[in-house]
Amino acid sequence: MTETTASLDAKTIDELKQIAARYPQARSGLLPMLHLVQSAQGRITPEGIDACAEVLGLSAAEVSGVATFYTMYKRRPVGDFHVGVCTNTLCAVMGGDQIFERVKQHLGVGNDETAERRDGDAATVSVEHIECNAACDYAPVMMVNWEFMDNQTPESAVQLVDDLRAGTPVSSTRGPKLCSWREAERVLAGFEDGLADEGPAAGPASLVGLEIAREKNWSAPATGEAEGQRSE
Amino acid sequence: MLTPVLTENWDAERSWTLASYEQGGGYGALRKALAELQPDDVITMVKDSGLRGRGGAGFPTGMKWSFIPQDLPKPKYLVVNADESEPGTCKDIPLMMASPHTLVEGVILSSYAIRANHAFIYVRGEVLHVVRRLQQAVREAYAAGHLGKGIHGSGYDLELVVHAGAGAYICGEETALLDSLEGRRGQPRLRPPFPAVAGLYASPTVVNNVESIASVPSIVAHGADWFSSMGTEKSKGYVIYSLSGHVKKPGQYEAPLGITLRELLDLGGGMREGHELKFWTPGGSSTPLLTHEHLDMPLDYEAVGAAGSMLGTRALQIFDETTCVVRAVLRWTEFYKHESCGKCTPCREGTWWLVQSLTRLERGDLTRAEGEQMLDLLLDQCDHILGRSFCALGDGATSSVTSSIQYFRDEYLSHLDGGGCPFDPAASTAWAGQEVHQ
Repeated sequence: MTETTASLDAKTIDELKQIAARYPQARSGLLPMLHLVQSAQGRITPEGIDACAEVLGLSAAEVSGVATFYTMYKRRPVGDFHVGVCTNTLCAVMGGDQIFERVKQHLGVGNDETAERRDGDAATVSVEHIECNAACDYAPVMMVNWEFMDNQTPESAVQLVDDLRAGTPVSSTRGPKLCSWREAERVLAGFEDGLADEGPAAGPASLVGLEIAREKNWSAPATGEAEGQRSE
Repeated sequence: MLTPVLTENWDAERSWTLASYEQGGGYGALRKALAELQPDDVITMVKDSGLRGRGGAGFPTGMKWSFIPQDLPKPKYLVVNADESEPGTCKDIPLMMASPHTLVEGVILSSYAIRANHAFIYVRGEVLHVVRRLQQAVREAYAAGHLGKGIHGSGYDLELVVHAGAGAYICGEETALLDSLEGRRGQPRLRPPFPAVAGLYASPTVVNNVESIASVPSIVAHGADWFSSMGTEKSKGYVIYSLSGHVKKPGQYEAPLGITLRELLDLGGGMREGHELKFWTPGGSSTPLLTHEHLDMPLDYEAVGAAGSMLGTRALQIFDETTCVVRAVLRWTEFYKHESCGKCTPCREGTWWLVQSLTRLERGDLTRAEGEQMLDLLLDQCDHILGRSFCALGDGATSSVTSSIQYFRDEYLSHLDGGGCPFDPAASTAWAGQEVHQ
């Protein structure tokens, strides 16, 4: 986590314009543009707000009003690895509350704070409690830089944040080796990073129904040809 | 009993790629439609199939499409609601991760039907790998000529943009989603006008859930009769049921509408060992709670509605007897308070008051008489929220409160007289009873 922020370079300004050009009306690009600002500067900066406003012909207040509405936009820097612990009801009941308490205690931080970088740490970690992330069949769920870390326990969570701080490579349970938060934000801005082919098609829970159907030889009704014949 | 259609290719080698999808017959429906079907034919097929919206409300999809005025000179848009955020709901994310091309093919067919030349997939931002898979699938589809100018020589053009949101439950509400997609704060709009008349950029727009759109290729490929041969009288076709919580086998189960929770639980080996069902949601946290009384109720739109709840997104969150219903409801209510966009006073203020009341009840430092009054106050607060705002977020916030008081009034009262919560939260965890945890 650096407190000094490099100013937006010409390449980034050009990319902000590219994003706006994807849409029939340029303002539609504002959310991905703000993701790009976070990728370039590590947070939503006043400079980034001005740059988006300039590209879109809006006032800084209009852009700021949008940036403050959405929880993924951060006005303070997060860690290289931003850890989310789901504490919505299902995950909380399944142990998310205990995981969140344990991680905060282990890192010595409160909600939405970044743990201090210690001597020898390769990376910084911040932690926040998150709402339902659409993986309830893998509860309790954590996210790191918006990649799934399924079926966690307090012990696995502590190991996870220790590994992240130590620079030990960690892979998502349903995705690639974790990239940095800034790299993730660039993908959300619409710039591919070539990692789509990493990780499995589906995690084990996603496949339970399909596996039962295969075992029992169940399927949807037959249709004959693909030309839309009536089924019997 | 199970009918994998959407989930059928999820275990295929590299199922997310164009090559794998086409090997399984993918994009066959698109070629057929462009060669043989007029746009109105596709609308008719979807109408005849009986497909109803899979995002929660259950509105007939073909009818929604037919509301798009075709005589206006304005461009038409298709927007896919991939902002899956309703607590408990976890079907669209695995679908887009395992088979993004099913959705892309559905987008092209649906856009063709409503005569849109521009479509968007609005996916929540908090699912990075799903965003990657969608981006790649769209790029592959362009390269294969499934998207772009003159698709397969038909003279039909379509541009498709993958758009990542930025963290706001309310953007799953269709008009808030449109405001967000226009680069604004995601706040719902007053209807009418409905999006079909004045949606994105005040132009005719269809907003459909991922699973609805992903069902379209199978309907075009196999026919409306095939689709409607599954399901119940008014709830046609197959859907994905998502089982989570205190069950042996949480996960995705694709079945015809009308399967019961008992049947689904039996398939997955039942509740976790030594425990019994206490309460569950049929379709996410915005749908009123149900209990063991409802185990044999067909999970279709009509039966769940008749039981006083809603089918919603078939997000079956299952809680056993170790779970405190007051804790569960308070946590959901805190979520709604946090996610209320602030536009309408009854929802913004009301969800705040619900949290205050529930917190006092959970803490339990009230006499029994005060507690009874507080429960009445809670119901009164719900009455001042339900149906009084632009969108259904506030309505959803009241669902678990009123239904939990209906079924578990005594459990609220058991917190009172200074007792606090009588439950041990450690007993409800995934690792309860296993001594690995220190």
